[in-house]
Amino acid sequence: MADFLLRALLGGLGVAAIAGPLGAFVVWRRMAYFGDTLAHSALLGVSLGFLLDINMNLAVVACCVILAISLVTLQRQRLVATDTLLGIMAHSALSLGLVAISLLEDVRVDLLAYLFGDLLAISSTDLYWVFGGGVLVLALLWYLWEPLLAITINEELAQVEGVPVTQVRLALMLLIAVVIAIAMKIVGILLISSLLIIPAAAARRLAASPEQMAVGAAVLGCISVGAGLALSWHLDTPAGPSVVVAALICFLLLYSLPLSRNR
Amino acid sequence: MSTHHALVKLQHVGLRYGAREVLKNINLEVHRDCITTLIGPNGAGKTSVVRIVLGLNKASTGNVWREAGLRIGYMPQKLQIDQTFPLTVQRFLQTTQCKDKQQMQQALDEVGAGHLLSQSIHNLSGGETQRILLARALLRDPNLLVLDEPVQGVDINGQIELYDLISRIRQQRKCGVLMISHDLHLVMSATDHVICMNQHVCCSGHPAHVTQDPSFTELFGVKGAEALAVYSHHHNHRHSAHGDVIPERNNCNHG
Repeated sequence: MADFLLRALLGGLGVAAIAGPLGAFVVWRRMAYFGDTLAHSALLGVSLGFLLDINMNLAVVACCVILAISLVTLQRQRLVATDTLLGIMAHSALSLGLVAISLLEDVRVDLLAYLFGDLLAISSTDLYWVFGGGVLVLALLWYLWEPLLAITINEELAQVEGVPVTQVRLALMLLIAVVIAIAMKIVGILLISSLLIIPAAAARRLAASPEQMAVGAAVLGCISVGAGLALSWHLDTPAGPSVVVAALICFLLLYSLPLSRNR
Repeated sequence: MSTHHALVKLQHVGLRYGAREVLKNINLEVHRDCITTLIGPNGAGKTSVVRIVLGLNKASTGNVWREAGLRIGYMPQKLQIDQTFPLTVQRFLQTTQCKDKQQMQQALDEVGAGHLLSQSIHNLSGGETQRILLARALLRDPNLLVLDEPVQGVDINGQIELYDLISRIRQQRKCGVLMISHDLHLVMSATDHVICMNQHVCCSGHPAHVTQDPSFTELFGVKGAEALAVYSHHHNHRHSAHGDVIPERNNCNHG
């Protein structure tokens, strides 16, 4: 197998394995649009990374976290409905990022690679980020698993029972921001949330417990990466979108199976 | 009230959101082995009082005192869990940090929902959901139960049954109960102490006493007050959560 293909496969599998369990929370807590908005702000992080000459991944994480915190703060003020607020921030962040990048004179940026991902151009350094970040995310998720489930069931109940709700929620946002920074190279800014949502939603069909759904989402994500890469290799299609198409096929297949509804 | 052992005291508590005053000068005590019920119209601030007792909101003015070592079992008004969240009753109860299956089964048995342990939380009826929430609150071995409209979304027979259940739990565990209620007809007979409020405490005391109070009539109107004159229900049997008829015990004692 060609080196670049092996790197693509490893990177893709790593991202799918962390996006699955985290995606389950995005689905349960109805944060799909929230994840999308954070992802859109990643481009702003990229341009800031170039501008300030700091590590790209760190810039993206910082940008996502700042956006997440300002989102929560603005949401509390109730100036506009949450979906309007998310719409404003998602597209403004993306546009700001595009404008900022075009203003950078001495840098030539492959915009398409950031928007739709360039799985086949993954470097060894990228792989370190995927696996280093991935281990960190999974470890934190493991540690926070019960509190995260508790606040997903009912935040007030969790708080009365002694869960530090605000901190746990912040940690979840931070985890999503890290995954976005890691996954950006793989599927691109515009398609990241699909990797969070589609495998998790598909896994719901088979799962009878939150743990089964989280593991199922990771497995289905990995299958999608494998199938998407194969599709890309044989038909010469763009890798990121091919992975998403493979995930969609997984989802449709599972939902067309006649399974019992008692779950 | 059999004892005057206070669990929680609110003294001159006020709450404001910006310019809006939600609560003013609230004084109340919740005692052990006593059911205290908050009643009042929509927007009266009942939930705000409960949130202050629970520590979810901070009072803007006044003092909140809680007994040292107070363990609160809280039953929220509603449980909204997304359909995409696969959750059995057992897994739901486990998120209280309780890992002992036998303990969970006991709590479920206590609320008459022992058969639901392995059910999906999405297939429960309104009454079953309330019982599961109550079981969760009991798992913490509380000395204070705080119930926010515990009979919401339950039919009339189920409501009577739930109030009976709450009375029994209080009798057996000798814990304090603070609850919010809208449907005064039923709650009046299942409570020891009523606090009638509309941003401030209008009147409080024994149900029979409160319904005679002029400020109660003012708050709920003459029609409402008459309709709410203490209603004691008579039935010769109860129903368990799965519909079986259970003969009434003789010593059923409603406050």
